[in-house]
Amino acid sequence: MTNGAMGERGLLDVLLLQDYNTTVVVLGTTALGLAAGFAGTLLLLRKRALLGDVVSHAMLPGVVAAFMVMRGLGGSGKNLFGLLIGATISGLIAAWLVPVLRRASGLKDDAIMGIVLGGSFGLGIALMGIALNTPGGNQAGLESFIFGKTASMIRADALLIGWGAVVVLAATLLLCKEFRLLCFDEQFAASIGRRVDLLDGALMLIAVAVIVIGLQAVGLILVIALLIIPASAARFWSDGFVPSLVVAGTVGAASGWLGSTISALEAKLPAGAVIVLVTGGFFIVSMLAGTRRGLILRWIQAAGLRRRVRRQHLLRAMLEAGEGVGSVTIDMVCGRRRWTAQHVRRQLRRAQSAGEVLRSSAGAWHLTPSGLTAARRIVRNHRLWELFLIHHADIAPSHVDRDADLVEHVLDAPLMAELEALLEADTTLPSSPHPLGGVT
Amino acid sequence: MPRGLPTATFPRGAEHDDAAPLSIHDLTVAWHSKPVLWDVDLDIPKGQLACIVGPNGAGKSTLIKACLDLVPAVSGEVRVFGEPYRRQRKRVGYVPQRESVDWQFPVSALDVVAMGTYGRLGWLQPVGRKQKARAMQAMERVSLEQYAHRQISQLSGGQQQRVFLARALAQDADLYLMDEPFASVDAATEQAIVDVLRTLRSDGKTVVVVHHDLQTVPEYFDWAVLLNMRVVAAGPVDDAFTADNLRATYGGRLTLLDQAASALGRLASGDPGSA
Repeated sequence: MTNGAMGERGLLDVLLLQDYNTTVVVLGTTALGLAAGFAGTLLLLRKRALLGDVVSHAMLPGVVAAFMVMRGLGGSGKNLFGLLIGATISGLIAAWLVPVLRRASGLKDDAIMGIVLGGSFGLGIALMGIALNTPGGNQAGLESFIFGKTASMIRADALLIGWGAVVVLAATLLLCKEFRLLCFDEQFAASIGRRVDLLDGALMLIAVAVIVIGLQAVGLILVIALLIIPASAARFWSDGFVPSLVVAGTVGAASGWLGSTISALEAKLPAGAVIVLVTGGFFIVSMLAGTRRGLILRWIQAAGLRRRVRRQHLLRAMLEAGEGVGSVTIDMVCGRRRWTAQHVRRQLRRAQSAGEVLRSSAGAWHLTPSGLTAARRIVRNHRLWELFLIHHADIAPSHVDRDADLVEHVLDAPLMAELEALLEADTTLPSSPHPLGGVT
Repeated sequence: MPRGLPTATFPRGAEHDDAAPLSIHDLTVAWHSKPVLWDVDLDIPKGQLACIVGPNGAGKSTLIKACLDLVPAVSGEVRVFGEPYRRQRKRVGYVPQRESVDWQFPVSALDVVAMGTYGRLGWLQPVGRKQKARAMQAMERVSLEQYAHRQISQLSGGQQQRVFLARALAQDADLYLMDEPFASVDAATEQAIVDVLRTLRSDGKTVVVVHHDLQTVPEYFDWAVLLNMRVVAAGPVDDAFTADNLRATYGGRLTLLDQAASALGRLASGDPGSA
């Protein structure tokens, strides 16, 4: 596949998978993204995301060593399968070495991971220097494992990725219940007799499988992004274990498809990098727009709460300042709380459009009948909350952070009746910070 | 407790009750080279609500974990209904400390409670309708059924604690080991947990609870174990939970002794509240 040929390819051809080479690349990276989303979610929830980075870097010496061994046995050393077996072995050694070194040294996880990552990658670079100096060594394409070389993917590679993805998905879904248990509560898992070490081993094998099939496409430096980013994005959309897996897989697959398509259209862009950038885009969108804990959702919720609280405070202040139905000036309302005239004007305009206050004459405002009803209700409900706190908070303190509007929804009917009786009879209530005009 | 020959040659059963739900023989546990439990020797009789109390770092949690084979013993052994734990796993329910897990984890309350049924399921067996129903029953016993499908991060601390209790109930065990189930819960949850414990006792189950509130010991428990690396005293609350034993357990920590004194005062005035 030459750059010139790729540059002339039409958008439709690429999107509809009309071109054979492009089809191979797009399907391969899509399958890779799907598998990476699943495996990445497991790593993330097991709090081992960075272990994936250690493993991928540690695959370099394995690849180079496999090349040297195959050369030593008389082959060309370019057999992909052989190279990936070398990568798997050295990756697994690193994954095993991290906990062993941690136990032996007593050092923290991050230090150990830095040591293993740096050490093994350094070893890989050194071995590669030696390999490149042997005759024919510089044609083996060993460097492509570092940064990935998606465009050189052939049908056999895509098939390997596809089968790898199938195995990863099947293993994850079959063991989904066990992984949920392991990732959530390792000690409980051990207490009911689960072999935590075996489960961790299975989880690690799944991650290593994804990294190995991703080496060619995105390279060992960027493959960690494909594991972590879709899994992180999924947390903004889902609250369940299986939904998290599925969303992460979908984000990964979409990134693989979109990224390789973009790179096929614009041949100067390396596919691995574009795929990772697309996942990054998905992450930002998820963080903003996610339906579970996306920023926009949280802003809307916070703004809604702020508006409700301000409305309640305004109506209550109007009621108290105006002794019920009387007109009040903005200054009088400002005096109830530490409000600026500007703030009060804004709140009044908002209440006006809700039909709760009316502007009577120059600068004076009064509550409309519906505003008066609402204000009385708010004051009454606040008093009920206060009574509830005094008499019942010991049984359910978790209820008291609620909105005054919700008092009937949170407390049950008998309790409400009791509180209302108390409110009728009450004279012992500590005086409210704001004198209650026209309420009782 | 009179001490005879070394355990190795001691005929089992001469000193210990072999059928006891939990029987700990000369257990020593160490972290690295520092012993945490030293020669702990203990029987918990059937049908008792037992508490383990002791100062911070006394090894209370470690004792529970050693019973569950979660930490290795340097020497000694634990017998559950007369056998090693690994052969009696299905008869033991476990409530770990609430802080031991990440409550932001993407699972629903029902998912967590259903984990109590995994012990009777193989690795590849999915959670079926029967398991879900059992989990739901367990949630009803702690009054959490309306929260079953909430994500666990949306539950209050007390509700999270009850989720853990429900998971242990779903294990349908004969012996329950609970690590600080009363830690930082509200009064409603504390009462709910106590009610569940009493129901378990009336069903003939045995419950061992790591507890930190000395004041409530006489009210909630039948059997007390005072632990500070070694067992200072163990037995029915009336015998073991005495001012002298508490002083020996806690050393000179006066505020705790005051608490104990007020608890003992209530006991003496005939208001243990456990009737």
